[in-house]
Amino acid sequence: MKITHYWRAMWGIIWRELWRFVTQRERFISALVRPLVWLFVFAAGFRAALGLAITPPYETYILYEVYITPGLIGMIQLFNGMQSSLSMVYDREMGSMRILMVCPLPRWFLLLSKLLAGTGVSILQAYVFLMIAWFYDIQAPWQGYLWVMPSLLLAGLMLGALGLLLSSFIKQLENFAGVMNFVIFPMFFMSTALYPLWKIKESSALLYQLAQYNPFSQAVELIRFSFYGQFNSQAFIYTLIAFVVFMAAAIVGYNPSKGMMMRKGGA
Amino acid sequence: MKCSVALSVEDLSFSYGGKKALSDVNFKIHSGECTILLGPNGAGKSTLFSLITRLYDTHNGQIELCGFDVKRQTRLALEKLGVVFQQSTLDMDLTVLQNLRYHTALHGMGRKLAEQRIQLELERLSMFDRRFEKIRQLNGGHRRRVEIARALLHKPAVLLLDEPTVGLDVPSRLAIVDYVHCLAEEEKLAVLWASHLIDEIYPEDHLIVLHQGCVKANGLVDEVLKITEATAIKDAFCQLTQGEQA
Repeated sequence: MKITHYWRAMWGIIWRELWRFVTQRERFISALVRPLVWLFVFAAGFRAALGLAITPPYETYILYEVYITPGLIGMIQLFNGMQSSLSMVYDREMGSMRILMVCPLPRWFLLLSKLLAGTGVSILQAYVFLMIAWFYDIQAPWQGYLWVMPSLLLAGLMLGALGLLLSSFIKQLENFAGVMNFVIFPMFFMSTALYPLWKIKESSALLYQLAQYNPFSQAVELIRFSFYGQFNSQAFIYTLIAFVVFMAAAIVGYNPSKGMMMRKGGA
Repeated sequence: MKCSVALSVEDLSFSYGGKKALSDVNFKIHSGECTILLGPNGAGKSTLFSLITRLYDTHNGQIELCGFDVKRQTRLALEKLGVVFQQSTLDMDLTVLQNLRYHTALHGMGRKLAEQRIQLELERLSMFDRRFEKIRQLNGGHRRRVEIARALLHKPAVLLLDEPTVGLDVPSRLAIVDYVHCLAEEEKLAVLWASHLIDEIYPEDHLIVLHQGCVKANGLVDEVLKITEATAIKDAFCQLTQGEQA
């Protein structure tokens, strides 16, 4: 098997995903509206209610909008990961997933390509969001916009792999509502996206533990530190491990001899 | 690459939990042969296709495509295979050309070769002028033509078609049936066509009748008629399936 075959197939899958995203204007707009509403409305209202102490990576007092920006980028990637997962379930129901699965390449590679494609879309969304936030005076050092790129890649892969894993378990599109209630909302609210850990600790020790070990929190912290040119090694390792675990489980889930596909009677 | 025995299925059995879907299925398909897999709904046709395409795992029995074991030499085997699934697998929001380019990318074809093959296959099906149209704008018959063109882009040795004419009007259906039969003959392609429509069978075709997961007949149309002592395929089919509708 030639390496060019792998390269062409991966590029084909990424191109298709990007093209679909760009041409689906409603999807593009709704992906942006959600975090922007949080930024312009929720954050503005919360600014007065929540006092933030100076905690790393911040070296001075910051506005609440500045604090939640990395969390909202995480939110974009979380929703995008789940959206990709939703489209996998849809593709499977509609049959177009089959055409991918019967091409002569290892299944893990096809899933990884699909994941990279979804992550590419989420990075694109994140940068458009950052551009709008920049005009709203939420600005990181300009180098931060470059440093954050690898963190966005890893966070996007981790959250996308989680979506992929979920899609291997979900039989029908209708079941996807459960993902919203049991995955997206708990992950987002039990994290450092909206409030720092010490603030959570003040109100509940259990919530604090849950938020600390929530992989989404670690992804958000990875992004937050990157904006200021700082490498959060703990967040990096945690996010990386979470990615590897989710991805491995997703590959097993899509394996015809071991996974859920056969038991569900669909591919 | 064309091979004499293009598809070989040996002692294949498959169950969904405790429910048997296929039981000791055996048959071979050779290059240039058009084989019709005839069976009523629930006979196991789609399960068989899912096993050949490796969407399901083979636990009992063996499937080989051009001598490559689908389970152990999956990639080599799948290279030989072109598939048209029962449900449309085209991306509705992409154009004909984009859908086909996506397929050529998945098969690792270079741009120049891909463009040549796309043009060839679309011209053969009179769809080249419509290559910039979105799939959503095409009617059912034209979508099926695009799917057949796509399945042939990488020059497979075996073409699987899972009830590809379902829902099409009579002229579209006849055109596809005729085209696929010509392909088998001219391109020396081994075709396995799952169907429940008796008028899609040509007298020179190979026929496999599948019922309740078992092969009830396997041979040329004349041979099946002889074994069943029937004068028409419909009667032979009714006899083999105890009167079930095809």
